[in-house]
Amino acid sequence: MFKSEPMSNTSALSATNAPYIEVNNLNLTIGGNQLLHDISVTSFTPGVTMVMGPNGAGKSLFLRCLHGLLIPTSGSIRLLNKPHEATTASQSMVFQKAVLLRRNVIKNLEFAAPNGTPPTEITELLAKVHLNGKELQPARLLSGGEQQRLALARSLLTKPRLLLLDEPTASLDPASVLIIERLISEATEQGVKCIFISHDLGQAKRLGADIIFLHQGRLAEHTDAETFFTSPQSREAKAYLNGEIVL
Amino acid sequence: MLGDAFTEAFTLIVSVNPELLEILWLSIQVSLTALFFSIALGLPIGTSLAITEFPGKKACVTILNSLMGLPPVVVGLLVYLLLSRSGPLGVLGLLYTPTAMVIAQVVLITPIIAALAYQVMDDLHREYRDLFQSLGIPLTKAVPTYLWDARYSLVTSVLAGFGRAISEVGAVIIVGGNIDHLTRVMTTAIALETSKGELAIALALGIILLTLALIVNAAVTTVRAFGLRNAYV
Repeated sequence: MFKSEPMSNTSALSATNAPYIEVNNLNLTIGGNQLLHDISVTSFTPGVTMVMGPNGAGKSLFLRCLHGLLIPTSGSIRLLNKPHEATTASQSMVFQKAVLLRRNVIKNLEFAAPNGTPPTEITELLAKVHLNGKELQPARLLSGGEQQRLALARSLLTKPRLLLLDEPTASLDPASVLIIERLISEATEQGVKCIFISHDLGQAKRLGADIIFLHQGRLAEHTDAETFFTSPQSREAKAYLNGEIVL
Repeated sequence: MLGDAFTEAFTLIVSVNPELLEILWLSIQVSLTALFFSIALGLPIGTSLAITEFPGKKACVTILNSLMGLPPVVVGLLVYLLLSRSGPLGVLGLLYTPTAMVIAQVVLITPIIAALAYQVMDDLHREYRDLFQSLGIPLTKAVPTYLWDARYSLVTSVLAGFGRAISEVGAVIIVGGNIDHLTRVMTTAIALETSKGELAIALALGIILLTLALIVNAAVTTVRAFGLRNAYV
């Protein structure tokens, strides 16, 4: 198991040399099928941890376990150096397909905003995701890119310390991808830890500090991004990076 | 003869015949009261069934769906047995009163509203469940959100219930008795006047009933179209 060296940053966690992600022997079985096998990962790396792997590797299941949407069959999860249950309030997740309430843009944000959030904060966030002027539009009539930007804005409004992103930029136009990546970079600069699922190698290179590579529900590799892209250790990661079909 | 009956029927409607008006007013009163209680019962049943997990839930859903097809005469008979002098609620003396008709209609349409609400809420819950869990939304906030976001579909369910109530004859004739100036509603009056050969009154009431059904359907279509246009359905 790879353990990246703690990097210098301003966040309290790295100052205390504590791991952001600590997963031990995570197993998940649903309907008699074991979908995640004995995954153990420890990451001291701030910024963005990319979760990669072919379709069916278990990336979304892994993320859902981290977020508490799925209860692992066995194993333990510690996030932000706290037991998993203690971090749920500090987490937020952006789903692959944006889930938006059947109301307008501003009401979608107000729904998630903690009590006492000043309206100016919501307005500023809307401007950041380039949705200003669309406040009163029904949210579900926005384009795919706009919907995902709104979903990200809603997540950021909850001021998470850990942001989980399940392929938020899949099949989005480059402009939306750029906006989302900028927001994520900005969030990480402010100390937010991100765990980001993506198939986009370019995006992983741009954003990723370390890479968790899953294959058939198992951890194939966990390494820092540079090592992953220059000299991957596992056969599966090499094949994936070479564009070979990994089954 | 049929032409004369239609002419007389339209004359009765246009002249706002007091007898017709009385029957129409009672029909609407009974059905709207039944609808009110059915909404109060059906929406919480449908919603709680959709958003909670418990052993036997599938069986409950199956039973609820089956109850949608309750035969009105059977409901009428059961409510009759319940309210008759020798029945458990006979002491209340409700048989052959508008209240008895309301009770029968509540029994009849509550499962419809509950089952349709369940379907709407179940779909919505599947869509929102992870988001609400992710955002840490408590049940006290989630339930009003479900109800509000499902409003367009729920209105359709409610109007379907009203349509069933206002057009129902089997149950209300058994528990209401079709008593003139007391429990005579449109459907029971149509049955009676037809049997008496008074086609003009029966036709007039039939036209009013059809018009009401058309209005309800137009309302459903309009509400749904608005919801769809804004992606609120």
